[in-house]
Amino acid sequence: MLISTNELFNYCLMLADDRLILSHRLSQQCGHGPYLEEDIALTNIALDLLGQANEIYTYAGTLENKSADELAYLRTDTQFKNVIISELENDDFAWIIARQFFFDISAYHLYTELLKSKDETLAAIAEKSLKEVTYHLRHSKKWFHILADGTDESRNKLTDAIDDLWSYTFELFETNPTIDSLVKQGIAADLKIVKEKWLKDINENFAILNLTVPENTWMHSGGRVGKHSEHLGRILTEMQYLQRSFPNAAW
Amino acid sequence: MSNDTQLDLWEVFTQRKSGTPFIHAGSLHASDNEMAIQNARDVYARRDKPYALWVVPSNSITSTTPEDNPSFFESSEKAYRHPKFYKIPKGVSVDID
Repeated sequence: MLISTNELFNYCLMLADDRLILSHRLSQQCGHGPYLEEDIALTNIALDLLGQANEIYTYAGTLENKSADELAYLRTDTQFKNVIISELENDDFAWIIARQFFFDISAYHLYTELLKSKDETLAAIAEKSLKEVTYHLRHSKKWFHILADGTDESRNKLTDAIDDLWSYTFELFETNPTIDSLVKQGIAADLKIVKEKWLKDINENFAILNLTVPENTWMHSGGRVGKHSEHLGRILTEMQYLQRSFPNAAW
Repeated sequence: MSNDTQLDLWEVFTQRKSGTPFIHAGSLHASDNEMAIQNARDVYARRDKPYALWVVPSNSITSTTPEDNPSFFESSEKAYRHPKFYKIPKGVSVDID
């Protein structure tokens, strides 16, 4: 079967946009970590995510004859396909850790599924990224447990963060005709499997920490079709400023 | 010492290749051994690729003090402790200070 180039291109944008925007959010924490070592840890993770986004954009660009920079810097907010959780404004450290923990678990299982992709480039990117994500997850899981088992204050901040973030989590597993078609062709990761594994990990960790998994099942949606929160426009304004003001600027 | 409020202090040692000595890389803050090994990875292994890392709580290290120096190190004006009285066979490479 001939794979639709357009479907593959759009799928790549979904993956890459999640990572670029989350990387940008994490990079805004540079210099604001709770202490030097953790500052470096979060910034390292931001750089890893940027590297992953770059590889996926570069691959997408070969399908539509565009450069990675064009895809990152010259699309508007309605053309971005990232999940909304990646663009939310940073709150306190517990909130940032909770978001990373939720994202890292999903990324870990997504790449594990993507290893089986019939698309050799995506499978290779998944193999390389999985090594990085394994570490990201180890880092966020450790902090998630420290904060849950720490003081009343740290636990309260973490449970507030979980309540705040929960309704953004299932968008990570939301499918659409593009993903469904590519899953059938053996190209994309099956998000049903990713979601099952994600929920299993969440339930296990929450049980160990005596945390309650939120009951609400109403979930935000829209990021994949370009309907974003008000935060994405501001991120792009800052992130794309240089390329917009000085087209093709390079150093 | 100044007041250090940023968790406990740990010493980091890196090994470049299997079988080579671990070398002191520096120190860092962490609350326990898992966080220490993670921070060591982030702070001291982000550019090089070490083969292995050690982390040790700084307060587990026993050190000499400068007051120990006269009795520990400066009483060694003893030529007989240096292997300088042997003829080295030709062709043997030696590195003695």
